[in-house]
Amino acid sequence: MSKFKRKDKNGMAAISTASLPDIVFMLLFFFMVTTTLREVEYKVKIKLPKASEIKKLEKKSLVSYIYVGAPLRQFQKQYGTEPQLQLNDKISDLNEIPEYIESERKARSEADVPLMTYSLKVDSDTKMGIVSDIKLELRNVQALKLNYSTLKRIDKNK
Amino acid sequence: MARQVQEINAGSMADIAFLLLIFFLVTTTMDVDKGLTRQLPPPSADKNESEQINERNIFLVLINKENQLAIEAEPANVGELKDRTKDFLTNPRKSGNLAELVPVSVRLKEAQEKKDLKTVAILQNILTKMGDVDITKGIVSLQNDRGTKYSIYIEVQNEIVAAFNELRDDASKMYFGGKLFDELSKEEQDMVKMIYPLSISEAEPRSIK
Repeated sequence: MSKFKRKDKNGMAAISTASLPDIVFMLLFFFMVTTTLREVEYKVKIKLPKASEIKKLEKKSLVSYIYVGAPLRQFQKQYGTEPQLQLNDKISDLNEIPEYIESERKARSEADVPLMTYSLKVDSDTKMGIVSDIKLELRNVQALKLNYSTLKRIDKNK
Repeated sequence: MARQVQEINAGSMADIAFLLLIFFLVTTTMDVDKGLTRQLPPPSADKNESEQINERNIFLVLINKENQLAIEAEPANVGELKDRTKDFLTNPRKSGNLAELVPVSVRLKEAQEKKDLKTVAILQNILTKMGDVDITKGIVSLQNDRGTKYSIYIEVQNEIVAAFNELRDDASKMYFGGKLFDELSKEEQDMVKMIYPLSISEAEPRSIK
């Protein structure tokens, strides 16, 4: 078969790949700097609502997350289709919140505990009932700094 | 004479870097955490305090389980919420059913009687830098049903926070040479915050018709 003839003599010179590692390393560093490690594996479907008056959460190490949403399809047999609460890696019950907050507080130094923020990542189709229950639980354990996680909405007026 | 060191083949460097790159692409996310930051009231809130609030100083916002909005017991659109909140808080026409306004000098006397040193310091700052401006006594009361959709709730919260932010920006521009609220120093921010305190009260959900 002479279809794949070697074109050594009159073809193009091979492109040098010596700088390929440099390029890839550059990409690597870009991604290492701009991204963060995933905290948990989602067990619930979360489509965040949008808002315009949002603030960035400053210290990531001082943020604890609470997820609320309908369970993903593979967990629907076990948990149903109603919105559920997810703490850490598993779907939990409302009365597990104080325990979770306690463990989150223990993981931080005592001086940081009053600065902790609790980020609620709630699916936009959820009903307020479960959210209110969570808020009540959080109030009972003095976890008062809340952040309703949202996406950025571009405001047409501004 | 040192023996010539053989050069290490760097050809697989790209492969190694690619491997690392793919690892980071898979395990990390790019989303930054943003959202509406709110402070919840402490668990056993003082009952007396809520009783002292004058009826006209409460701006009632209701959302029912059909996600319909009512402002001061009348049906309304989300679109008008921001302007009505601003109107209520600033009460530009000194109307009798919108929020009461209290001059700084009066508040200063109250704070001095209570020996609230932190507030006194901020209020004195306001007096010297901005003059005897009015402080609003308005409180936005947001009540929702258990069946209210979360996205609607966030939208309403957002509009209310937007009203406060715009008022604060306006005050900052007026008194601090055209700067926005976020560009002010901590001390100046405290002063503006004192004039427009972000007071949103959220009642426990109940059924709203």
